[in-house]
Amino acid sequence: MKLIKAILFSYLLLQNMNAWSEAYIPKTDSEVLEQLPVAAVEKKRLRSLQNQANGNPKDYALALNLARNYIELGRIHSDPRYYGYAEALLKPWLSPQHAQPDALVLRATILQNRHDFQPALADLKAALKLNQRLPDAWLTLAAIYEVQGEYARALRSCLALTKFSVSLPSTICINSAMSLSGQAQTAYRQLTAAVTETDGEPSEMTWAYNLLAELAERLNLAKDAESWYHKALARNYRSVYLLASYSDFLLDHHRYEEVVKLLQNETQVDTLLLRLTLAEQQLQHKPFKDHVNLIKSRIAAAKPRGDSVHQGDESRFALQVLKEPKTALSLAISNWAVQKEPRDARILLEAALAANQPDAAFPIIEFLETKHLEDARLKPLLKVAKG
Amino acid sequence: MRLIATLILYVWTACAWAHKPSDSYLTFTVTEHELSGRWDIALRDLDFVMGLDSNDDGAITWGEVRLKSSEIWRYALSRLQVSTSNQTCIYRQGKQKIDQHTDGKYAVLYFSCDNFSVHDSLTVSYRLFAEIDPQHRGLLNLSYGDGDTASVLDPSQPARDFDISEKQKIWATLADFIHEGIWHIWIGFDHILFLLSLLIPSVMVYQKAEWQPAANFNKALWNVIRVVTAFTVAHSMTLSVAAMGIIELPSRWVESIIAASVILAALNNLVPIFTEKRAFLAFVFGLIHGFGFASVLADLSLKENSGLWGLLGFNLGVEIGQLALVAVFLPITYQLSRYAFYQPLILRCCSVGIASLASIWFYERAFNTSLIIF
Repeated sequence: MKLIKAILFSYLLLQNMNAWSEAYIPKTDSEVLEQLPVAAVEKKRLRSLQNQANGNPKDYALALNLARNYIELGRIHSDPRYYGYAEALLKPWLSPQHAQPDALVLRATILQNRHDFQPALADLKAALKLNQRLPDAWLTLAAIYEVQGEYARALRSCLALTKFSVSLPSTICINSAMSLSGQAQTAYRQLTAAVTETDGEPSEMTWAYNLLAELAERLNLAKDAESWYHKALARNYRSVYLLASYSDFLLDHHRYEEVVKLLQNETQVDTLLLRLTLAEQQLQHKPFKDHVNLIKSRIAAAKPRGDSVHQGDESRFALQVLKEPKTALSLAISNWAVQKEPRDARILLEAALAANQPDAAFPIIEFLETKHLEDARLKPLLKVAKG
Repeated sequence: MRLIATLILYVWTACAWAHKPSDSYLTFTVTEHELSGRWDIALRDLDFVMGLDSNDDGAITWGEVRLKSSEIWRYALSRLQVSTSNQTCIYRQGKQKIDQHTDGKYAVLYFSCDNFSVHDSLTVSYRLFAEIDPQHRGLLNLSYGDGDTASVLDPSQPARDFDISEKQKIWATLADFIHEGIWHIWIGFDHILFLLSLLIPSVMVYQKAEWQPAANFNKALWNVIRVVTAFTVAHSMTLSVAAMGIIELPSRWVESIIAASVILAALNNLVPIFTEKRAFLAFVFGLIHGFGFASVLADLSLKENSGLWGLLGFNLGVEIGQLALVAVFLPITYQLSRYAFYQPLILRCCSVGIASLASIWFYERAFNTSLIIF
């Protein structure tokens, strides 16, 4: 097995390297090589903070603040580099003897971004041992449990948060966990009430509306979903997740032109590029082929590192664009082993049916039944899978 | 609460398929007296450490890169150390170019080591961006003689040793050819069908002009071992003889006889002539199959000079592929042979099917034509 793996790995790496052998010397000094994503003002501010941090390597508050800035940038641009910069800054405050709770929580979010869920959970538990009153630690804990399909644990984490802080985030946290474990209707009602009564930060409101929209989709309330999505987008708070879930909604309703309009300038973010490409496929738009090749080369470029963070999206690409149900199924299965959100269940079901292996869907059927997870979009698939 | 505001949405939304993390691509080509290297480093990463965009207009131009050229060289090469047991590379800088990767443009640095002779092993200490981004990795491709090694370098890990001695080369060749051998068995349907034709009846005994299930599994296993061993010994012999150029047969003959051997083996299941002499049949035709393998090996060896190790590896690969086939096949046929339908349904129908298919092959190969149905 090792031998085959080694051969395969070298092959992929060599193949990947062949693709870029055409190095060149630009003809003029004015040739633009790269557009930087971060605006000049923001960059200057960060650079001066970074210089301060370099000059005062023992200033914890400074490092923490800068790390938060980097994480936020990483979130906005979906770029793991910034998480790396944050991780490097936090390093002095993470040694087992002198770990600081806030630094641990930040590292947990970084680890979670890489889908290193177990070490992220360990960091969060260590942080909460040092200080029980860390709202973001409880929230992150709940988020990870939710992704892993541990809804009871997620709910307990949210409730622990309410012991010292009742706020919109804790309400969202609780209802999110409840909605996945058999109380979708109640959660929808409570959350609707919460967002009508209170107004919060743009990030909180975007999150709440986005969750409501997804919940409405699961409850088969397409019109409601649409209006929640509009409310979320109106907050103008950049969220790749929101763009992705709204495009999925549009794709489900065959509104391909709107997807193209929404995402045509988002080709840098792989997950949005995938949705754009799916819409272009239906419309038989010209850029479709180029985008398919771009996704292929990005997948190939990620392989040599051994990264497997995006198997859900990769599976969808294999199934819907490449029409390779077997590949899609094996990707969806290994994705399911890591994360268990409704969209992960959906791609696994779709791939299992397309590959004519309904048996592969049994773990999903069992999972959905024991957790009482409701999702209108899964129902027709489940019916076929159960035969 | 402010903290929550910035982190919260992020936390719930981490499943977004993001960019590729930061990587650099490092290629070493090692010859007896020289090591030459190419290093691709993302402009965005360099911009973060040294601010390439000197006029802060959000765009990096070639002029700005050239302005910082010496700083780039100094920064990069001071974080890479290449050495052997008695020598450390003193870099000679070559050209600096630009290349496009999937996630943007990269600076490409060409360099070599002066008077640097590598014999057995090479030590690479890689520390690029170690202090600013723990997620950065260097993807190394090391090529030497006829070997290639790919490796992921983690800046936080100590220096890595790469064995590029003669011994290592042999392993690389062996591994390559084992792989090819396995592959050839899997795509070589004629070999598989020949073997299957001999294996299908191995779980049975022919007594009083009638097929009976073999008494027990050991008996069936023994049958299979005899057939497989005879086939292996025979084709190994001719494969070696042909690979060394002692005997050469025209490939059209060889391919036609291979097809004929499949027909004969399948027919023998319908009208048993060599009933308990299948091992003999396997041996005789194994000799011809060996010549078939040899022509594949000859094609492969044209691409790289592989010598005896290539031959050994290829042969081992063929055996591994064959054993894997048997390991899957035997338990299934043994179980099936316990049922009455085995003889009419599997033994007869499969043999008829195999014989027909092989007849088409034979016709195509012997008369050098191609039938439209395939």
